[in-house]
Amino acid sequence: MLLIKCPYCEESRPELEFHYEGEAHIARPLDPTTVSDEEWAEFLYVRSNSLGPHRERWRHLYGCGRFFNAVRDTRTDKFIITYRQGEFPDHDSVEESRR
Amino acid sequence: MSDFSILALLRHTLSNHQNWREQWRSPTPKPNYDVVIIGGGGHGLATAYYLAKNHRPLRIAVLEKGWIGGGNTGRNTTIIRSNYLWEASANLYDHALKLWANLSRELNYNVMFSPRGVMMLAHSIHDEQIFNRHIHANQLAGVDNEWLTPQQAKRFCPVLDINPNRRYPIRGAALQRRGGVARHDAVAWGYARAADRLGVDIIQNCEVIDIEKGADGAVRAVETNRGRIEAGRVGVVAAGNTSVVMGMAGVRIPIETYPLQALVSEPVKPIFPCVVMSNTVHAYISQSSKGELVIGASTDQYVSYSQTGGLHITSHALEAVNEMFPMFRRLRMLRTWGGRVDVTVDRSPIIGKTPVPGLFVNCGWGTGGFKATPGSGHVFAATIANDEPHHLATPFALSRFVTGEFIDEAAAAAVSH
Repeated sequence: MLLIKCPYCEESRPELEFHYEGEAHIARPLDPTTVSDEEWAEFLYVRSNSLGPHRERWRHLYGCGRFFNAVRDTRTDKFIITYRQGEFPDHDSVEESRR
Repeated sequence: MSDFSILALLRHTLSNHQNWREQWRSPTPKPNYDVVIIGGGGHGLATAYYLAKNHRPLRIAVLEKGWIGGGNTGRNTTIIRSNYLWEASANLYDHALKLWANLSRELNYNVMFSPRGVMMLAHSIHDEQIFNRHIHANQLAGVDNEWLTPQQAKRFCPVLDINPNRRYPIRGAALQRRGGVARHDAVAWGYARAADRLGVDIIQNCEVIDIEKGADGAVRAVETNRGRIEAGRVGVVAAGNTSVVMGMAGVRIPIETYPLQALVSEPVKPIFPCVVMSNTVHAYISQSSKGELVIGASTDQYVSYSQTGGLHITSHALEAVNEMFPMFRRLRMLRTWGGRVDVTVDRSPIIGKTPVPGLFVNCGWGTGGFKATPGSGHVFAATIANDEPHHLATPFALSRFVTGEFIDEAAAAAVSH
Protein backbone atom coordinates (compact mmCIF):
# COMPACT_ATOMS: atom_id res chain seq x y z
CA MET A 1 0.00 0.00 0.00
CA LEU A 2 1.30 3.43 -0.90
CA LEU A 3 1.95 6.16 1.63
CA ILE A 4 0.81 9.44 0.13
CA LYS A 5 1.51 12.95 1.35
CA CYS A 6 -1.50 15.20 0.87
CA PRO A 7 -0.17 18.69 0.05
CA TYR A 8 -3.20 20.28 1.71
CA CYS A 9 -3.22 18.27 4.96
CA GLU A 10 0.58 18.13 4.83
CA GLU A 11 0.50 14.63 6.24
CA SER A 12 1.47 11.22 4.85
CA ARG A 13 -1.53 8.94 4.97
CA PRO A 14 -2.25 5.39 3.70
CA GLU A 15 -3.44 4.90 0.12
CA LEU A 16 -6.87 3.74 1.33
CA GLU A 17 -7.74 7.37 2.10
CA PHE A 18 -7.08 8.39 -1.49
CA HIS A 19 -8.59 7.85 -4.89
CA TYR A 20 -6.51 7.84 -8.05
CA GLU A 21 -7.89 10.22 -10.66
CA GLY A 22 -5.75 9.49 -13.73
CA GLU A 23 -3.08 11.39 -15.58
CA ALA A 24 -2.73 15.08 -14.62
CA HIS A 25 -2.56 18.25 -16.69
CA ILE A 26 -4.79 17.09 -19.55
CA ALA A 27 -6.60 20.22 -20.64
CA ARG A 28 -10.06 20.05 -22.16
CA PRO A 29 -10.06 21.72 -25.60
CA LEU A 30 -11.11 25.35 -25.22
CA ASP A 31 -13.43 25.42 -28.22
CA PRO A 32 -15.10 22.01 -28.63
CA THR A 33 -16.74 23.00 -31.93
CA THR A 34 -13.39 23.24 -33.73
CA VAL A 35 -11.94 19.98 -32.44
CA SER A 36 -11.53 17.07 -34.89
CA ASP A 37 -12.42 13.46 -34.03
CA GLU A 38 -8.71 12.64 -33.83
CA GLU A 39 -8.15 15.41 -31.31
CA TRP A 40 -11.14 14.28 -29.24
CA ALA A 41 -9.78 10.73 -29.20
CA GLU A 42 -6.41 12.07 -28.08
CA PHE A 43 -8.01 14.12 -25.30
CA LEU A 44 -10.41 11.40 -24.12
CA TYR A 45 -8.51 8.16 -24.47
CA VAL A 46 -4.81 8.53 -25.21
CA ARG A 47 -2.56 8.76 -22.17
CA SER A 48 1.21 8.97 -21.82
CA ASN A 49 1.33 5.75 -19.74
CA SER A 50 4.89 6.76 -18.84
CA LEU A 51 7.54 4.35 -17.69
CA GLY A 52 9.26 6.43 -15.02
CA PRO A 53 8.08 9.78 -13.60
CA HIS A 54 4.33 10.10 -14.16
CA ARG A 55 2.26 13.19 -13.44
CA GLU A 56 -1.09 12.16 -12.01
CA ARG A 57 -4.06 13.41 -10.02
CA TRP A 58 -5.16 12.04 -6.67
CA ARG A 59 -8.03 12.96 -4.42
CA HIS A 60 -7.81 12.82 -0.64
CA LEU A 61 -11.29 11.33 -0.63
CA TYR A 62 -11.48 10.23 3.01
CA GLY A 63 -9.49 13.20 4.29
CA CYS A 64 -9.81 16.79 3.19
CA GLY A 65 -11.59 15.69 -0.01
CA ARG A 66 -9.41 17.83 -2.24
CA PHE A 67 -7.80 17.04 -5.57
CA PHE A 68 -4.05 17.41 -5.90
CA ASN A 69 -1.26 16.38 -8.26
CA ALA A 70 1.73 14.12 -7.87
CA VAL A 71 4.79 12.91 -9.72
CA ARG A 72 5.34 9.22 -9.08
CA ASP A 73 7.90 6.87 -10.59
CA THR A 74 5.88 4.05 -12.21
CA ARG A 75 8.88 1.70 -12.07
CA THR A 76 9.04 1.78 -8.26
CA ASP A 77 5.66 3.36 -7.33
CA LYS A 78 7.63 5.83 -5.22
CA PHE A 79 6.21 9.35 -4.97
CA ILE A 80 8.73 12.00 -5.97
CA ILE A 81 6.61 15.01 -5.11
CA THR A 82 2.98 15.96 -4.47
CA TYR A 83 1.74 19.48 -5.15
CA ARG A 84 -1.40 21.58 -5.00
CA GLN A 85 -3.80 22.40 -7.83
CA GLY A 86 -2.58 25.28 -9.98
CA GLU A 87 1.07 24.54 -9.27
CA PHE A 88 3.44 22.92 -11.75
CA PRO A 89 6.92 22.07 -10.49
CA ASP A 90 9.16 21.90 -13.57
CA HIS A 91 11.43 19.04 -14.48
CA ASP A 92 14.39 20.43 -12.53
CA SER A 93 12.53 20.85 -9.26
CA VAL A 94 11.06 17.34 -9.63
CA GLU A 95 14.60 16.00 -10.07
CA GLU A 96 15.64 18.05 -7.04
CA SER A 97 12.91 16.40 -4.91
CA ARG A 98 14.04 12.99 -6.10
CA ARG A 99 17.46 13.62 -4.52
CA MET B 1 13.85 -32.90 -33.37
CA SER B 2 11.59 -35.85 -32.81
CA ASP B 3 7.95 -35.65 -31.83
CA PHE B 4 6.97 -36.28 -28.26
CA SER B 5 5.28 -39.65 -28.05
CA ILE B 6 5.12 -42.70 -25.84
CA LEU B 7 7.73 -44.39 -28.07
CA ALA B 8 10.11 -41.42 -27.79
CA LEU B 9 9.62 -41.49 -24.02
CA LEU B 10 10.49 -45.20 -23.88
CA ARG B 11 13.49 -44.74 -26.18
CA HIS B 12 14.89 -41.94 -24.04
CA THR B 13 14.32 -43.98 -20.90
CA LEU B 14 17.06 -46.30 -22.15
CA SER B 15 19.55 -43.42 -22.04
CA ASN B 16 18.30 -42.04 -18.70
CA HIS B 17 16.68 -39.08 -20.47
CA GLN B 18 20.14 -37.59 -21.08
CA ASN B 19 19.78 -37.07 -24.82
CA TRP B 20 16.63 -35.00 -25.25
CA ARG B 21 17.26 -32.23 -27.74
CA GLU B 22 16.81 -28.61 -26.72
CA GLN B 23 13.23 -27.46 -27.24
CA TRP B 24 14.23 -24.46 -29.31
CA ARG B 25 17.49 -23.02 -30.56
CA SER B 26 19.15 -19.90 -29.15
CA PRO B 27 20.25 -18.32 -32.42
CA THR B 28 22.22 -15.11 -32.77
CA PRO B 29 20.12 -12.46 -34.49
CA LYS B 30 20.49 -12.23 -38.27
CA PRO B 31 20.97 -8.75 -39.79
CA ASN B 32 17.53 -8.81 -41.37
CA TYR B 33 14.17 -10.57 -41.29
CA ASP B 34 10.90 -10.32 -43.19
CA VAL B 35 8.94 -10.06 -39.96
CA VAL B 36 10.11 -9.16 -36.47
CA ILE B 37 7.76 -9.79 -33.56
CA ILE B 38 8.55 -7.73 -30.47
CA GLY B 39 7.49 -9.65 -27.38
CA GLY B 40 7.99 -13.35 -26.66
CA GLY B 41 4.93 -14.03 -24.57
CA GLY B 42 2.16 -16.40 -25.55
CA HIS B 43 0.57 -14.00 -28.02
CA GLY B 44 3.88 -13.12 -29.72
CA LEU B 45 5.02 -16.72 -30.00
CA ALA B 46 1.60 -17.79 -31.29
CA THR B 47 1.77 -15.01 -33.87
CA ALA B 48 5.18 -16.25 -35.06
CA TYR B 49 3.94 -19.85 -35.17
CA TYR B 50 0.85 -19.09 -37.26
CA LEU B 51 2.86 -16.78 -39.53
CA ALA B 52 5.30 -19.58 -40.24
CA LYS B 53 2.63 -22.24 -40.56
CA ASN B 54 -0.18 -20.55 -42.46
CA HIS B 55 1.47 -17.99 -44.67
CA ARG B 56 4.08 -17.86 -47.42
CA PRO B 57 7.67 -18.64 -46.41
CA LEU B 58 8.91 -15.75 -44.30
CA ARG B 59 12.05 -15.24 -42.28
CA ILE B 60 10.68 -14.49 -38.82
CA ALA B 61 12.25 -13.51 -35.50
CA VAL B 62 10.70 -13.10 -32.07
CA LEU B 63 12.61 -10.63 -29.88
CA GLU B 64 12.10 -11.00 -26.13
CA LYS B 65 13.84 -8.68 -23.68
CA GLY B 66 13.72 -11.25 -20.85
CA TRP B 67 12.85 -14.89 -21.22
CA ILE B 68 9.91 -16.27 -23.15
CA GLY B 69 6.68 -16.47 -21.20
CA GLY B 70 8.20 -14.52 -18.31
CA GLY B 71 5.64 -11.73 -18.38
CA ASN B 72 1.88 -12.00 -18.14
CA THR B 73 1.91 -15.44 -19.83
CA GLY B 74 3.53 -16.94 -16.74
CA ARG B 75 1.62 -14.79 -14.27
CA ASN B 76 -2.06 -15.19 -15.10
CA THR B 77 -4.72 -17.43 -13.57
CA THR B 78 -5.02 -19.53 -16.77
CA ILE B 79 -8.76 -19.22 -17.19
CA ILE B 80 -10.22 -19.85 -20.65
CA ARG B 81 -13.74 -18.94 -21.74
CA SER B 82 -15.48 -17.18 -24.62
CA ASN B 83 -18.82 -16.02 -23.19
CA TYR B 84 -18.32 -12.33 -23.93
CA LEU B 85 -21.27 -10.04 -24.46
CA TRP B 86 -20.71 -8.47 -27.87
CA GLU B 87 -20.62 -10.52 -31.03
CA ALA B 88 -17.23 -9.15 -32.12
CA SER B 89 -15.67 -10.33 -28.86
CA ALA B 90 -17.57 -13.61 -28.69
CA ASN B 91 -16.41 -14.42 -32.23
CA LEU B 92 -12.78 -13.62 -31.46
CA TYR B 93 -12.63 -15.44 -28.12
CA ASP B 94 -14.58 -18.39 -29.48
CA HIS B 95 -12.16 -18.62 -32.38
CA ALA B 96 -9.45 -18.96 -29.72
CA LEU B 97 -11.47 -21.52 -27.77
CA LYS B 98 -11.84 -23.70 -30.88
CA LEU B 99 -8.07 -23.58 -31.37
CA TRP B 100 -7.50 -24.46 -27.69
CA ALA B 101 -9.49 -27.66 -28.14
CA ASN B 102 -6.89 -29.16 -30.51
CA LEU B 103 -3.82 -27.21 -29.43
CA SER B 104 -1.87 -29.98 -27.67
CA ARG B 105 -2.14 -32.19 -30.75
CA GLU B 106 -1.34 -29.37 -33.14
CA LEU B 107 1.78 -28.30 -31.24
CA ASN B 108 2.74 -31.86 -30.20
CA TYR B 109 3.06 -30.37 -26.73
CA ASN B 110 0.76 -30.98 -23.81
CA VAL B 111 -0.68 -27.61 -22.87
CA MET B 112 -2.96 -29.40 -20.38
CA PHE B 113 -6.09 -27.70 -21.69
CA SER B 114 -8.84 -28.82 -19.37
CA PRO B 115 -12.37 -27.72 -20.37
CA ARG B 116 -13.76 -28.26 -16.90
CA GLY B 117 -16.38 -25.50 -17.08
CA VAL B 118 -16.38 -21.87 -16.02
CA MET B 119 -19.21 -20.96 -13.68
CA MET B 120 -20.26 -17.42 -12.79
CA LEU B 121 -22.39 -17.10 -9.68
CA ALA B 122 -25.43 -14.84 -9.47
CA HIS B 123 -26.13 -13.44 -6.02
CA SER B 124 -28.84 -10.88 -6.75
CA ILE B 125 -31.73 -10.24 -9.12
CA HIS B 126 -29.43 -7.83 -10.94
CA ASP B 127 -26.84 -10.59 -11.43
CA GLU B 128 -29.57 -12.96 -12.68
CA GLN B 129 -30.78 -10.48 -15.25
CA ILE B 130 -27.29 -9.56 -16.45
CA PHE B 131 -26.21 -13.19 -16.74
CA ASN B 132 -29.33 -14.14 -18.63
CA ARG B 133 -28.74 -11.26 -21.01
CA HIS B 134 -25.23 -12.63 -21.57
CA ILE B 135 -26.51 -16.15 -22.02
CA HIS B 136 -29.05 -15.05 -24.63
CA ALA B 137 -26.48 -12.90 -26.44
CA ASN B 138 -24.02 -15.80 -26.43
CA GLN B 139 -26.57 -18.29 -27.71
CA LEU B 140 -27.48 -15.94 -30.56
CA ALA B 141 -23.77 -15.65 -31.37
CA GLY B 142 -23.41 -19.44 -31.38
CA VAL B 143 -21.42 -19.58 -28.14
CA ASP B 144 -22.48 -22.05 -25.45
CA ASN B 145 -23.52 -20.57 -22.13
CA GLU B 146 -26.34 -21.87 -19.98
CA TRP B 147 -28.31 -20.95 -16.89
CA LEU B 148 -28.16 -23.26 -13.88
CA THR B 149 -30.49 -23.28 -10.89
CA PRO B 150 -28.75 -23.35 -7.48
CA GLN B 151 -29.34 -27.11 -7.30
CA GLN B 152 -27.87 -27.67 -10.77
CA ALA B 153 -24.91 -25.46 -9.86
CA LYS B 154 -24.26 -27.50 -6.74
CA ARG B 155 -24.42 -30.74 -8.71
CA PHE B 156 -21.77 -29.35 -11.06
CA CYS B 157 -19.62 -27.92 -8.26
CA PRO B 158 -20.39 -29.77 -5.00
CA VAL B 159 -18.40 -27.42 -2.75
CA LEU B 160 -20.89 -24.59 -3.33
CA ASP B 161 -23.05 -23.66 -0.35
CA ILE B 162 -26.52 -22.90 -1.75
CA ASN B 163 -28.17 -22.16 1.57
CA PRO B 164 -30.47 -19.21 0.72
CA ASN B 165 -29.82 -17.60 4.12
CA ARG B 166 -26.17 -16.80 3.36
CA ARG B 167 -24.91 -13.24 3.22
CA TYR B 168 -24.46 -13.68 -0.55
CA PRO B 169 -26.94 -16.40 -1.52
CA ILE B 170 -26.38 -18.28 -4.78
CA ARG B 171 -29.49 -17.60 -6.85
CA GLY B 172 -28.18 -19.40 -9.90
CA ALA B 173 -25.17 -19.48 -12.18
CA ALA B 174 -24.10 -19.09 -15.78
CA LEU B 175 -21.99 -21.99 -16.98
CA GLN B 176 -19.81 -22.27 -20.05
CA ARG B 177 -18.97 -25.95 -20.20
CA ARG B 178 -16.28 -25.57 -22.88
CA GLY B 179 -14.39 -23.09 -20.71
CA GLY B 180 -11.64 -24.19 -18.37
CA VAL B 181 -7.95 -23.81 -17.70
CA ALA B 182 -4.61 -24.68 -19.34
CA ARG B 183 -0.99 -24.81 -18.24
CA HIS B 184 0.25 -21.29 -18.98
CA ASP B 185 4.00 -22.00 -19.20
CA ALA B 186 3.38 -24.95 -21.49
CA VAL B 187 1.52 -22.68 -23.89
CA ALA B 188 4.59 -20.43 -24.28
CA TRP B 189 6.94 -23.41 -24.49
CA GLY B 190 4.71 -25.31 -26.91
CA TYR B 191 4.36 -22.38 -29.30
CA ALA B 192 8.09 -21.60 -29.01
CA ARG B 193 9.06 -25.18 -29.83
CA ALA B 194 6.60 -25.46 -32.69
CA ALA B 195 7.61 -22.07 -34.14
CA ASP B 196 11.30 -22.93 -33.83
CA ARG B 197 10.70 -26.13 -35.80
CA LEU B 198 9.22 -24.03 -38.58
CA GLY B 199 12.39 -21.93 -38.69
CA VAL B 200 11.42 -19.00 -36.49
CA ASP B 201 14.38 -17.47 -34.61
CA ILE B 202 13.43 -16.96 -30.96
CA ILE B 203 15.91 -14.49 -29.53
CA GLN B 204 15.78 -14.02 -25.77
CA ASN B 205 17.54 -11.33 -23.72
CA CYS B 206 17.16 -9.06 -26.73
CA GLU B 207 15.61 -5.73 -25.81
CA VAL B 208 14.38 -3.37 -28.49
CA ILE B 209 15.62 0.14 -27.76
CA ASP B 210 14.50 1.95 -30.90
CA ILE B 211 12.36 1.54 -34.00
CA GLU B 212 13.80 3.02 -37.17
CA LYS B 213 11.66 4.43 -39.96
CA GLY B 214 12.73 4.99 -43.57
CA ALA B 215 12.35 8.15 -45.64
CA ASP B 216 8.88 6.95 -46.74
CA GLY B 217 7.77 6.78 -43.10
CA ALA B 218 7.55 2.98 -43.13
CA VAL B 219 9.25 0.86 -40.52
CA ARG B 220 12.74 -0.22 -41.60
CA ALA B 221 14.63 -1.71 -38.68
CA VAL B 222 14.75 -2.18 -34.94
CA GLU B 223 17.71 -1.24 -32.80
CA THR B 224 18.32 -3.75 -30.02
CA ASN B 225 20.87 -4.33 -27.30
CA ARG B 226 22.18 -7.08 -29.59
CA GLY B 227 22.53 -4.85 -32.62
CA ARG B 228 20.47 -3.45 -35.45
CA ILE B 229 18.00 -5.77 -37.14
CA GLU B 230 16.33 -4.80 -40.41
CA ALA B 231 12.70 -5.80 -40.71
CA GLY B 232 10.15 -5.65 -43.50
CA ARG B 233 7.31 -5.71 -41.03
CA VAL B 234 7.24 -5.36 -37.26
CA GLY B 235 4.52 -6.68 -34.96
CA VAL B 236 4.45 -5.30 -31.43
CA VAL B 237 2.97 -7.73 -28.90
CA ALA B 238 4.39 -6.22 -25.74
CA ALA B 239 1.35 -6.15 -23.41
CA GLY B 240 2.05 -3.73 -20.54
CA ASN B 241 5.12 -2.32 -22.28
CA THR B 242 3.30 -1.49 -25.51
CA SER B 243 3.20 2.27 -24.85
CA VAL B 244 6.97 2.27 -24.38
CA VAL B 245 7.69 0.26 -27.54
CA MET B 246 5.18 2.10 -29.71
CA GLY B 247 6.57 5.38 -28.39
CA MET B 248 9.84 4.47 -30.13
CA ALA B 249 7.97 4.70 -33.43
CA GLY B 250 6.19 7.89 -32.38
CA VAL B 251 2.79 6.22 -32.02
CA ARG B 252 0.66 6.92 -28.95
CA ILE B 253 -1.61 4.07 -27.94
CA PRO B 254 -4.80 4.45 -25.86
CA ILE B 255 -3.85 2.02 -23.11
CA GLU B 256 -2.74 2.36 -19.52
CA THR B 257 -0.68 -0.17 -17.60
CA TYR B 258 -1.88 -1.32 -14.20
CA PRO B 259 -0.64 -3.92 -11.71
CA LEU B 260 -2.76 -7.07 -11.46
CA GLN B 261 -2.06 -9.62 -8.75
CA ALA B 262 -2.78 -13.29 -8.26
CA LEU B 263 -1.92 -15.87 -5.65
CA VAL B 264 -1.81 -19.62 -5.10
CA SER B 265 -2.34 -21.67 -1.99
CA GLU B 266 -0.41 -24.65 -0.76
CA PRO B 267 -1.39 -27.76 -2.76
CA VAL B 268 -4.29 -29.81 -1.48
CA LYS B 269 -6.17 -32.87 -2.74
CA PRO B 270 -8.66 -32.39 -5.59
CA ILE B 271 -11.62 -30.50 -4.17
CA PHE B 272 -12.53 -27.87 -6.71
CA PRO B 273 -13.75 -29.35 -10.00
CA CYS B 274 -14.29 -26.23 -12.10
CA VAL B 275 -13.60 -22.50 -12.27
CA VAL B 276 -15.93 -20.40 -10.11
CA MET B 277 -16.28 -16.65 -10.42
CA SER B 278 -18.34 -14.30 -8.38
CA ASN B 279 -18.46 -10.71 -9.52
CA THR B 280 -20.51 -9.50 -6.59
CA VAL B 281 -18.21 -10.92 -3.92
CA HIS B 282 -15.30 -10.27 -6.25
CA ALA B 283 -13.56 -13.62 -6.15
CA TYR B 284 -12.49 -16.15 -8.69
CA ILE B 285 -10.89 -19.42 -7.97
CA SER B 286 -9.85 -22.70 -9.56
CA GLN B 287 -7.57 -25.57 -8.65
CA SER B 288 -4.44 -26.32 -10.65
CA SER B 289 -3.39 -29.84 -11.59
CA LYS B 290 -0.76 -29.60 -8.85
CA GLY B 291 -3.52 -29.01 -6.31
CA GLU B 292 -2.90 -25.34 -5.60
CA LEU B 293 -5.92 -23.09 -5.45
CA VAL B 294 -5.38 -20.30 -7.96
CA ILE B 295 -6.96 -17.02 -6.93
CA GLY B 296 -7.13 -13.81 -8.90
CA ALA B 297 -7.16 -10.39 -7.26
CA SER B 298 -8.03 -6.96 -8.67
CA THR B 299 -5.93 -4.35 -10.36
CA ASP B 300 -4.49 -1.54 -8.28
CA GLN B 301 -5.99 1.87 -8.93
CA TYR B 302 -2.86 3.55 -10.33
CA VAL B 303 -0.68 3.22 -13.43
CA SER B 304 2.42 1.19 -12.68
CA TYR B 305 5.12 -0.96 -14.27
CA SER B 306 6.39 -2.27 -10.93
CA GLN B 307 4.91 -5.79 -11.22
CA THR B 308 3.87 -5.53 -7.59
CA GLY B 309 0.68 -4.27 -6.02
CA GLY B 310 -0.84 -3.36 -2.69
CA LEU B 311 -1.31 -6.02 -0.03
CA HIS B 312 -4.81 -4.73 0.64
CA ILE B 313 -5.76 -5.82 -2.89
CA THR B 314 -4.75 -9.46 -2.31
CA SER B 315 -6.26 -9.39 1.18
CA HIS B 316 -9.54 -8.32 -0.33
CA ALA B 317 -9.43 -11.23 -2.78
CA LEU B 318 -8.84 -13.67 0.07
CA GLU B 319 -11.66 -12.16 2.13
CA ALA B 320 -13.97 -12.67 -0.83
CA VAL B 321 -12.86 -16.28 -1.34
CA ASN B 322 -13.36 -16.99 2.35
CA GLU B 323 -16.79 -15.42 2.25
CA MET B 324 -17.74 -17.81 -0.56
CA PHE B 325 -15.84 -20.86 0.71
CA PRO B 326 -15.26 -20.69 4.47
CA MET B 327 -13.54 -24.10 4.33
CA PHE B 328 -10.49 -22.41 2.77
CA ARG B 329 -10.07 -20.13 5.76
CA ARG B 330 -7.14 -22.09 7.22
CA LEU B 331 -5.42 -22.71 3.90
CA ARG B 332 -2.01 -21.07 3.67
CA MET B 333 -1.05 -19.02 0.67
CA LEU B 334 2.14 -20.16 -1.02
CA ARG B 335 2.95 -17.36 -3.44
CA THR B 336 1.65 -14.03 -4.64
CA TRP B 337 2.84 -11.99 -7.58
CA GLY B 338 1.92 -9.15 -9.89
CA GLY B 339 1.83 -8.55 -13.62
CA ARG B 340 1.49 -5.50 -15.86
CA VAL B 341 -1.82 -5.37 -17.66
CA ASP B 342 -2.51 -3.07 -20.60
CA VAL B 343 -6.03 -1.76 -20.21
CA THR B 344 -8.12 0.05 -22.82
CA VAL B 345 -11.18 2.16 -22.02
CA ASP B 346 -13.59 -0.40 -23.53
CA ARG B 347 -11.74 -3.40 -22.07
CA SER B 348 -11.28 -4.83 -25.57
CA PRO B 349 -7.95 -5.45 -27.30
CA ILE B 350 -6.38 -3.43 -30.10
CA ILE B 351 -5.32 -5.59 -33.05
CA GLY B 352 -4.21 -4.31 -36.42
CA LYS B 353 -2.40 -1.69 -38.41
CA THR B 354 -0.93 1.53 -37.04
CA PRO B 355 -0.32 4.93 -38.66
CA VAL B 356 3.22 3.71 -39.46
CA PRO B 357 3.26 1.46 -42.58
CA GLY B 358 4.67 -1.98 -41.80
CA LEU B 359 4.14 -1.56 -38.06
CA PHE B 360 1.38 -3.64 -36.46
CA VAL B 361 0.14 -3.78 -32.90
CA ASN B 362 -1.62 -6.38 -30.79
CA CYS B 363 -2.26 -5.11 -27.26
CA GLY B 364 -4.88 -3.98 -24.80
CA TRP B 365 -5.84 -7.47 -23.65
CA GLY B 366 -5.98 -6.08 -20.15
CA THR B 367 -6.82 -8.50 -17.40
CA GLY B 368 -7.93 -11.39 -19.62
CA GLY B 369 -5.57 -12.05 -22.50
CA PHE B 370 -4.40 -15.59 -21.74
CA LYS B 371 -7.65 -17.19 -22.91
CA ALA B 372 -7.25 -15.56 -26.32
CA THR B 373 -3.65 -16.63 -26.95
CA PRO B 374 -4.21 -18.97 -29.93
CA GLY B 375 -6.88 -16.82 -31.56
CA SER B 376 -4.95 -13.62 -31.00
CA GLY B 377 -1.83 -15.08 -32.60
CA HIS B 378 -3.82 -16.56 -35.47
CA VAL B 379 -5.64 -13.37 -36.48
CA PHE B 380 -2.60 -11.16 -35.87
CA ALA B 381 -0.42 -13.41 -38.06
CA ALA B 382 -2.96 -13.08 -40.88
CA THR B 383 -3.10 -9.32 -40.35
CA ILE B 384 0.68 -8.98 -40.64
CA ALA B 385 1.06 -11.40 -43.56
CA ASN B 386 -1.69 -9.80 -45.66
CA ASP B 387 -1.13 -6.20 -44.53
CA GLU B 388 -4.88 -6.23 -44.02
CA PRO B 389 -6.84 -6.95 -40.82
CA HIS B 390 -8.17 -10.49 -40.45
CA HIS B 391 -11.98 -10.28 -40.53
CA LEU B 392 -12.25 -11.22 -36.83
CA ALA B 393 -9.73 -8.49 -35.97
CA THR B 394 -11.37 -5.74 -38.03
CA PRO B 395 -13.66 -4.45 -35.21
CA PHE B 396 -10.63 -4.22 -32.89
CA ALA B 397 -8.76 -1.66 -35.00
CA LEU B 398 -6.95 1.26 -33.43
CA SER B 399 -9.27 3.58 -35.36
CA ARG B 400 -12.25 2.72 -33.15
CA PHE B 401 -11.07 5.27 -30.60
CA VAL B 402 -11.60 7.97 -33.23
CA THR B 403 -14.81 6.62 -34.76
CA GLY B 404 -16.33 5.73 -31.40
CA GLU B 405 -17.20 2.17 -32.48
CA PHE B 406 -16.28 0.69 -29.12
CA ILE B 407 -16.71 -2.92 -28.08
CA ASP B 408 -17.62 -2.20 -24.50
CA GLU B 409 -16.82 -5.33 -22.52
CA ALA B 410 -16.25 -3.50 -19.24
CA ALA B 411 -19.51 -4.86 -17.89
CA ALA B 412 -18.81 -8.32 -19.29
CA ALA B 413 -15.63 -8.90 -17.33
CA ALA B 414 -16.06 -11.98 -15.22
CA VAL B 415 -14.74 -10.09 -12.24
CA SER B 416 -14.73 -6.35 -12.59
CA HIS B 417 -11.25 -4.87 -12.57
